[in-house]
Amino acid sequence: MADPKVLPQAPAIEREPLFSPQNRTVLKDPLSDNNPITIQVLGICSALAVTTQVKPSLVMGIAVVFVLVSANLIISLMRNLIPNNVRIIVQMTVVASLVVVVDQVLKAYAFDVSRQLSVFVALIITNCIIMGRLEAFAMTNKPWPSVLDALGNGIGYALVILAVGFCRELFGSGKVFGVQIIPQALYNAGYVDNGLMVLAPGAFILMGLLIWAQRRMSGYAEEA
Amino acid sequence: MELVNLALKAIFVENILLAFFLGMCSFLAVSKQVKTAIGLGFAVIFVLGITVPINWVVHEFLLKSGSLAWVSPAMAEVDLSFLNFIAFIAVIAAMVQLVEMVIEKTSTGLYHALGIYLPLITVNCSILGGSLFMVERSYSFSESVVFGLSSGVGWALAIIALASIREKIRYSNVPPALRGLGITMLLTGLMSIGFMAFSGISL
Repeated sequence: MADPKVLPQAPAIEREPLFSPQNRTVLKDPLSDNNPITIQVLGICSALAVTTQVKPSLVMGIAVVFVLVSANLIISLMRNLIPNNVRIIVQMTVVASLVVVVDQVLKAYAFDVSRQLSVFVALIITNCIIMGRLEAFAMTNKPWPSVLDALGNGIGYALVILAVGFCRELFGSGKVFGVQIIPQALYNAGYVDNGLMVLAPGAFILMGLLIWAQRRMSGYAEEA
Repeated sequence: MELVNLALKAIFVENILLAFFLGMCSFLAVSKQVKTAIGLGFAVIFVLGITVPINWVVHEFLLKSGSLAWVSPAMAEVDLSFLNFIAFIAVIAAMVQLVEMVIEKTSTGLYHALGIYLPLITVNCSILGGSLFMVERSYSFSESVVFGLSSGVGWALAIIALASIREKIRYSNVPPALRGLGITMLLTGLMSIGFMAFSGISL
């Protein structure tokens, strides 16, 4: 697994500007060059499972951004109070509580999406992106950079799952957000939806190709 | 007989990894060598087989709507099921810790084989996923034992198979950007197609 980037602790400068160059890197880096899914290899499970359509992908992306930002902020505020040997349990409890909130909100306001996501909302608890960022960043950094780091990683994750969701819904059922995109005339001319896309293997293969394209562009390569 | 069907279904037809994508992180990270893959596979079988039944008990007698009636009739209305996630993850973390300590005391050989993988398992989504599926599909106690064990077997089967392929692929000339994660994803996709052949079997 690729090392999540650990930035050295910000030097204790009085009144560091909110968007100093260093903070901007923290926010921007995970969007592409250090993307949590394609480069750091974190949080793959949910990225594959919820992306059969765009709508659940979007909801999942928002849920992960919310949990990640709140968890990073809370852990970063508590970082000097947490004894080192029970830190995993503390992190888990914080994350699990936040996920319960998300789950209850989804059940109340978006019941059909909540049914569609089923166990994968709960599985945000064990999403490696969250634990990874808490361990690698929030435990050693101040609250504000931690929030930026969480935003960057959360949005990086959301972008990838939206892209996968878009392709799978477009090619798998000819729709985006449930709206027919591929014109009926094409179907009449003999075009057929690719059934593989909505099944499990389609997700793996599409994700593999996406990772290939993304790494090609950012010039990142693993050791064989 | 129904239990055998359930086991076959959990191992092949609805493989927890290839059909539900659970436990991908450790699946990708620890599948470089067959030996470590076998170690982790057995650790997962072990922990899934223990935690799913325990979480069944916790859910049935503490958290389910109306399940506290055995304490006093006045509590028959209480529904604590929103605490499911926290309770399950706590049980899993505690069990993994306990199992690690017991193994360390009783069997040094097994501890060296499984020990280093046990902490990894707390954050393996297939463990929590197993418990959540158990609740969603309302299994009975015996079903949850079988489901836990056979999901673990399915997971172990997938990771060992992938590790053997990855040991071979080291000799192939893969384009640089596709190396590692990319080619592994494509391989998993092909394996998943293979396992889909089982879905025609009606049990």
